[in-house]
Amino acid sequence: MKPAPFRYVAPRSVDETLALLAEHGAEGKILAGGQSLVPLLNMRLARPQVIVDINGIRSLAYIRRKDDHLHVGALTRQRAVEESATVRRQVPLLWEAIRFVGHPQIRTRGTVGGSLAHADPSAELPAVAAALDAELVVRSPSGERALSPGEFFAGYLTTALEPTDLLTEIRFPLLPERTGTAFVEVARRHGDFALVGVAAVVRRSDGTIAEARLAFTGVGPGPVRARGAEGRLAGSAGTSRVFADAAREAAARLDPESEIHATAQYRRDVAATLARRALELAWQRSGGRTR
Amino acid sequence: MNGDPAHTTPAQAPARVPARRKRRLREPQSALTIRFTVNGETVERTVEVRKTLADFLREDLGLTGTHLGCEHGVCGACTGLLNGEPVRSCLLFAVQAAGAGIETVESLAPGEGLHPVQAAFREHHGLQCGFCTPGFLMSAVALLRDHTVPTDEQILETLGGHLCRCTGYQGIVEAVRAAARTWQR
Repeated sequence: MKPAPFRYVAPRSVDETLALLAEHGAEGKILAGGQSLVPLLNMRLARPQVIVDINGIRSLAYIRRKDDHLHVGALTRQRAVEESATVRRQVPLLWEAIRFVGHPQIRTRGTVGGSLAHADPSAELPAVAAALDAELVVRSPSGERALSPGEFFAGYLTTALEPTDLLTEIRFPLLPERTGTAFVEVARRHGDFALVGVAAVVRRSDGTIAEARLAFTGVGPGPVRARGAEGRLAGSAGTSRVFADAAREAAARLDPESEIHATAQYRRDVAATLARRALELAWQRSGGRTR
Repeated sequence: MNGDPAHTTPAQAPARVPARRKRRLREPQSALTIRFTVNGETVERTVEVRKTLADFLREDLGLTGTHLGCEHGVCGACTGLLNGEPVRSCLLFAVQAAGAGIETVESLAPGEGLHPVQAAFREHHGLQCGFCTPGFLMSAVALLRDHTVPTDEQILETLGGHLCRCTGYQGIVEAVRAAARTWQR
């Protein structure tokens, strides 16, 4: 398996990248970690004319706290996130989820921005971005804009990124006190794409759920927020019954695809179980006791 | 290419018009001359940009210890070290290694005898047909360099990135545990 011929260029700055993307338009394709793109090239499922390799742009790889957000450069390796004490402490949901992305040998190259821009419907990071209401910062020749996950993810392997755009940074809001998070998933083997994955965020006020957020992966064209269940959880007591009911309601509204490894009904059943587990775990981590 | 000593345009590449472009934008190339080290030796070659590092190692340098199984990043047979970190050499273009240090399985035992990790694989039935073994070895070496006493969780996490179709995994896990004890680093 060899990629179809292409031409290659390795810009050294964001500005140069934007100029190259502007010049080559839809014929160009950004190469970040390459862990999704290169398989597509090897199998000739993608045949871009020009590969714009951004791996030399060191200024796009960083993890830094700024005010009440953690800013992660788009080219930050997943391995760097996994090894970051800052991420583990400040955005534990991202830290927990990134260990489900492929294998260590994949995460050494795979990037945070690349995974989000690729927008695989079973990928972990889009669900994390959705659950945390992360901001996705995009540079284009006309300037910079910050998109919400709802604006960024546009469908199956599709985002709001234009051919002349570059995702440069992801801003994860730091969560207030008494907030717990959890990421759980079921995959056929550890390291595979999720059959179903769930990210949960629960903020506690004594024995009551002040706010809850639930995002699924693997059950739709992109990450799916369970807004209905979230609304029901807010203000409810943090009990096993409440979490189980909300999880069932959220799963019942999902419309996953059937494929060789899992029927739609199986995915919904797994989603209900995982959502309950994620909510309970997030609740416990917020300091709440489950009754 | 401008200001990048490890990445130069080969002389035989079609001549580019040096015109006054707006901002001296780099021209995409079909082939590049790259310089990097492989198993400690400096290598300078002109290579087609679409050639993966795995194919470059095997075909251009004759280092056929790097095996290609799936060629899409799943099986782990082609795993080598890029600046000390395990990577899939089928998912990296050779030109992307410009300026880097690459280590392949050939570096483990350059002379007589086996590397301690290789010896442990033999001792503990960590291989049978051996096709997947180079990748397992390189990942194990990277793990054991970073962690002289790895936990079982770390060993499993590392080996989880590799497929073996004949030995089964218990011998491999035991080999890595044993190598952690025997390898005098």
